[in-house]
Amino acid sequence: MHWSRRLVWSLALIGVPLLAACDLAGPQSAMSPAGPIAQAQRDLFMWTFWLSWLVIIAVVGVLVYSVIRFRAKDEEDRKTLPHQTHGSTKLEIVWFVIPVILVILVAVPTVRTIFATEYTIDRANYTDDDVIIRATGYQWWFKFEYPREGFVTANEMLIPVGRRVIVELDSADVLHSFWVPNLAGKRDMIPNQDNQIWFSADHPGYYYGQCAELCLGAHAYMRFRVIAVEEDEYQAWLASFMNAADAAQTVQADPEVERGRQLMATKGCIGCHTIDGYAPGVEVGNPGFPDLTNFGLRTTVGAAIKANTPENLAAWLRDPQALKPGNYMPTLWQADDPNAAAEIDAITAYLLSLGVDADATTSATLGGSHGDR
Amino acid sequence: MTTERAVHVPGGVAVSSPVATQGTYKSTTLPDIKLMMWVFLASDCMFFGTLIGTYLVYKGRSLVGPYPVDVLDIPLTTVSTFVLLMSSFLMVLALHSLRQDDTFKFRLWTFGVAFFGSIFLGFQIYEFIHFVDLGLTLQGNLFGTTFYVLTGTHGVHVAIGILWLLSILVHSFVKPWTSKDDVYLEVAGLYWHFVDVVWIVIFTVVYLVEFV
Amino acid sequence: MAIGKLGAPPVVGRPPDALLSRPTWTEGLLSWLTTVDHKRLGILYIVTSLGFTAIASVEAFLIRLQLASPNNTLLSPDVYNQMFTMHGVTMVFLAIMPLAIGFANYFVPLQIGARDLAFPRLNAFGYWVYLVGGVFLYTSFLLGGAPDVGWFAYAPLTSLSNNPGLGTDFYMIGLFVGGIGTLATAMNLIVTIINMRAPGMRIMRMPVFTWMILVTSFLIIFAFPPLTVALFQVMMDRTFDTLFYVPAAGALPILWQHLFWIFGHPEVYIIALPAFGVISEVIPTFSRKPLFGYPVVILSGIFIGFMGFAVWTHHMFTTGLGPVVNTAFAITSFVIGIPTGIKVFNWLATIWGGKVWFSTAMLYAVAFLITFTVGGITGIMLAVPPFDAQAQDSYFVVAHFHFVMGGGALLAFFAGLYYWFPKMTGKLMSERIGKLSFWLLVPGFWVIFFPQHFLGLMGMPRRTQTYVEGIGLEFWNLVSTAGTFIMGAGLVLLLVNIVHGLLRGAPAGNDPWDARTLEWSTTSPPPYYDFDRQPVVNDRDAHWVQKYPESVHGERVPASASEPYDRGGAHMPGQSWYPLIAALSLLPFSYGWLYDNMWLVGVSMLILIVATYAWALEGVGGKHIHVGGHDEAHRAPDEGVDA
Ligand code: HEA
Ligand code: HEA
Ligand code: HEC
Ligand code: CUA
Ligand SMILES: [Cu+2]
Repeated sequence: MHWSRRLVWSLALIGVPLLAACDLAGPQSAMSPAGPIAQAQRDLFMWTFWLSWLVIIAVVGVLVYSVIRFRAKDEEDRKTLPHQTHGSTKLEIVWFVIPVILVILVAVPTVRTIFATEYTIDRANYTDDDVIIRATGYQWWFKFEYPREGFVTANEMLIPVGRRVIVELDSADVLHSFWVPNLAGKRDMIPNQDNQIWFSADHPGYYYGQCAELCLGAHAYMRFRVIAVEEDEYQAWLASFMNAADAAQTVQADPEVERGRQLMATKGCIGCHTIDGYAPGVEVGNPGFPDLTNFGLRTTVGAAIKANTPENLAAWLRDPQALKPGNYMPTLWQADDPNAAAEIDAITAYLLSLGVDADATTSATLGGSHGDR
Repeated sequence: MTTERAVHVPGGVAVSSPVATQGTYKSTTLPDIKLMMWVFLASDCMFFGTLIGTYLVYKGRSLVGPYPVDVLDIPLTTVSTFVLLMSSFLMVLALHSLRQDDTFKFRLWTFGVAFFGSIFLGFQIYEFIHFVDLGLTLQGNLFGTTFYVLTGTHGVHVAIGILWLLSILVHSFVKPWTSKDDVYLEVAGLYWHFVDVVWIVIFTVVYLVEFV
Repeated sequence: MAIGKLGAPPVVGRPPDALLSRPTWTEGLLSWLTTVDHKRLGILYIVTSLGFTAIASVEAFLIRLQLASPNNTLLSPDVYNQMFTMHGVTMVFLAIMPLAIGFANYFVPLQIGARDLAFPRLNAFGYWVYLVGGVFLYTSFLLGGAPDVGWFAYAPLTSLSNNPGLGTDFYMIGLFVGGIGTLATAMNLIVTIINMRAPGMRIMRMPVFTWMILVTSFLIIFAFPPLTVALFQVMMDRTFDTLFYVPAAGALPILWQHLFWIFGHPEVYIIALPAFGVISEVIPTFSRKPLFGYPVVILSGIFIGFMGFAVWTHHMFTTGLGPVVNTAFAITSFVIGIPTGIKVFNWLATIWGGKVWFSTAMLYAVAFLITFTVGGITGIMLAVPPFDAQAQDSYFVVAHFHFVMGGGALLAFFAGLYYWFPKMTGKLMSERIGKLSFWLLVPGFWVIFFPQHFLGLMGMPRRTQTYVEGIGLEFWNLVSTAGTFIMGAGLVLLLVNIVHGLLRGAPAGNDPWDARTLEWSTTSPPPYYDFDRQPVVNDRDAHWVQKYPESVHGERVPASASEPYDRGGAHMPGQSWYPLIAALSLLPFSYGWLYDNMWLVGVSMLILIVATYAWALEGVGGKHIHVGGHDEAHRAPDEGVDA
């Protein structure tokens, strides 16, 4: 082959993987690790990737070379038979040994990484520094409990940067899978099986997660977020949840918000949704539905499918099925209900007010602006 | 009509099986249907293996009773197991008699196998009815689910075997069987022995292990 | 060599004493319905499976159209779930596996110098059951919705409470019934290959395709029972309220995954090994050299078969089985790469030093080598559990298995189609259309599936009918969809070429490729009795040795040793109605179970039992032929009982 052809070939062969390896960053990409687990997984991938590319270049190289070199020129040429070799023990040994070496090269770092990243941490070995979260998959949203702090939230998980986060996984119905590519590979949520995943985040950020096990219906829309923040912000956020019930007032200052709060009862929202601080001493809701406590602090609505803006929230309430076909939240207003718009606006105002005043820092950092969609 | 005939050809022996007509070359001395039965039984092992595996995985996981120790009756099932074992013995006798062209004994023992098999089935039916009375149902708990499906599948195998043997018996009156038909009985026998061995495994895994 | 028409035996007298008179049609629909000829059944398999491939391709096309842009609403989530489930189920169970079985049906007896399979009527039964299963599955679209739980239908998504529709029942019952046919055919092939080889066809002289079919058949008989039992368990759960997969009663949904993948991983080799077999025929033929390292290729095939049962939990790395289990199964999965690599290297060595004839078949074989290697290597990556944690259930997996199944197996079978078409029809397919179609199909394939690796790495889960904007998924999804148009054009041209070949193809002659194995020693298409005299085999590549003895042995082998074996003609089995009737009885059985109508189930079982008795009592029947001499009819009572 002429050198220039050779160059084109090598560029093509090397260019494609480079393209693949470099330009795949993103908020949900396994190629943009933001924590040690995801980093280890990516490093291991890159190692096997380069080895693989070696194998592929070798195989394709030999193949392309031999089909060109040994092609029959024409029908006449075909008739002169090549030497009818049947095999060669020496060669067979050679190409038995080559893959064995390759396998060893892959296996050693693989086993190391497995034992460094995939073990289960006994409850007895949880430390005070660990962040413990219990995640339960529901069709089609995630419940996040903070058992140590004693509160529940949904679809958005706040974690402090640098600390080990241990998530205990469970499912309320079918299989789901907990996957935040930036932070760690997935682990399935299986009924009757205590699964666990742990990871930590290196720097603050919004890390997108998505259910990765077919759960029918709105599976494609079963998303969530892990939001990593600095320690002080995390503490403030925890505090606002732990104090949410106490923050309850009988009558809200803003009449629109107060109307919204009352509508939550008349429209039946509180039959399903829990809101700590809905009214003093009153417990509302059902643990099988998303907890809306401090909903104003959320960045998204509908299991992380839309930014939590008044418009999106109103659209969600107006017709949840339009935004997220198949989900289990009913449409509560008839299509021709003349009061719908006003009522929804009131409820929206109420929901967005929740938690926002509890702590100025938190709301300043987390309020709507980061919900970038 | 065919006769056994070995023909010398390069690389093998040609044997005309009684099924095929003369001249059909076979690369092994095993008749097709016998080989077929072996292959089928190999596959059947996996069927029972899976069912037994399921039983073992769910062993001790029932949330409510009755539990195995509450219902299983070892002496009773030992008797039925023994009957099934004896039927296998009769099967050997039947095949032997057929090979001797002893038509009467061949028929007698074949009937005996089917009869003993039926006794076993009778025990099983009694057991099932009794267990239901004790509250163990297909839908009640995991033990019930896995127990009935496992032993029921085995029971169906026994029933098919009985049907098969009785068919042979009837056929032997329509068209007398001779020693050259032995392979057909042998194949039924292989099946029967297999079903018997599977029962020994089930008896051990489901019944005996519970009480050690 | 005697020239005979495709599967048209002469008419003989019918024995009067069967329940239904013994059918003897040689032409027309009825002859096909009652045929027991392995070549006709092979063609039925191939045509039916190509039909299902087309249907599944249309489903794939709809999937890709839906995914062309984010938040597309062409397909609702419900319909989308049905589409990919039916696409996967169809491709795996109704398209590509039966395609391999079709080739096996047609060519295994020819390659080993036999006159048919060991149990011709059972073979017919297998085909009709496959058709019944497929038709049953597809009626789901008319009867309230197709299965929508994915091709591996994980519990507890399949329980009645989570999935009250009939779709899941269609899946369970359809595969249950279809599996019976597959099992029967696999057993039949094993007996055939062990027992029906021509004189001198020692086990280590068998063509590699036949060898791989033997290994595949063993995989089937060991792998299908766990699936069948698991399907039955869910059927029981849904119909009789048993508790196999009811978490509330303490059941473990993970059990289904174990049972499914104990079947499922061998299944992927059930798809791949016949493809390896085809490639091992095509590459030597068109390199005009014997297969390099024949015994090693065979042994590695056997080893792959064994190992296939030892890697199943690599599909379950993310289910939390723990580091020890993950390590063990990661290593067994890596180890499978070794024999597969050895095969690849031997294929390369076969080409090396040959005289490569670039027919369309050879082009497909070369494309197979590249695509399969890439797919196999992404398989090794997936077998790295820490990486699999990221890739599992993402488009990276989708890319992997399309590279090995679409780019591997399917391309290999297309190579087989171009290779064997002349033998089956006596006509050549157009090389011109063939190459044009190839250059659309294969690059189109890469355009569809290569970018899916990127999508997976960027976090796109599979089985989602849409994806959000703004996380980088739009571009490569669009590219992937664009690829379907290129590949689709190639597929359409392939169909055109088949039709063109049938209608206008140039006569092929007996041995158009100057090939190596016995099927090329008889006419194209072969006469209904395959060989006028049974060949006697002296070496591997039996036909080649006959043609070019000096190229193999350096001298002519003594003529006497290669004289065909002819002792008293051949026995041809009779046609029969009973396989068809027995298979059809499974249709009301299926609908009976579907609608919980145990009465219908009972009646169907009764029909099945009666048909089985009639089948047994009818006997093999058939006739004895002396090619060149006279045919004599056999009366059934003279025959023993055959299966
Ligand atoms: C024809 C079908 C086929 C074949 C042949 C293979 C071959 C392999 N597959 Fe694949 N696989 C599937 C079909 C197939 N697979 C399907 C359908 C799924 C998905 C099911 C679903 O979820 O829907 C799947 C999924 C799948 C997974 C699970 C992914 C997940 O869901 O998380 C894994 C993980 O280990 C895996 C691994 C492998 C390996 C190691 C091989 C090996 O056998 C590959 C061996 C081949 C090579 C390695 C290339 C040639 C070798 C060399 C050139 C030698 C040098 C190389 C080395 C030694 C490294 N496969
Ligand atoms: C042998 C197996 C096989 C083969 C050959 C294919 C072939 C194809 N598959 Fe398939 N696929 C599977 C087996 C296979 N698939 C399995 C097992 C699954 C998993 C299912 C599950 O998750 O349960 C799957 C899943 C699957 C998905 C993932 C769906 C999801 O997870 O959401 C996708 C998406 O792109 C896809 C696409 C395709 C395409 C585009 C082809 C193409 O190669 C097919 C070729 C078809 C075309 C190219 C289009 C046809 C063209 C026309 C109809 C004419 C139009 C043309 C013009 C106008 C020019 N397949
Ligand atoms: C029958 C129970 C039910 C009722 C009544 C109900 N919801 Fe919901 N709601 C749900 C479910 C289930 C979800 C989760 C949907 C999903 O994402 O799959 C949900 C989700 C939500 C969300 C989004 C939560 C998040 O984290 O993204 C909001 C906001 C919400 N509901 C508000 C309301 C309001 C306001 C009302 C009353 C007008 C209401 N709901 C009535 C069941 C209900
Ligand atoms: Cu939950 Cu998909
Ligand atoms: Cu696998």
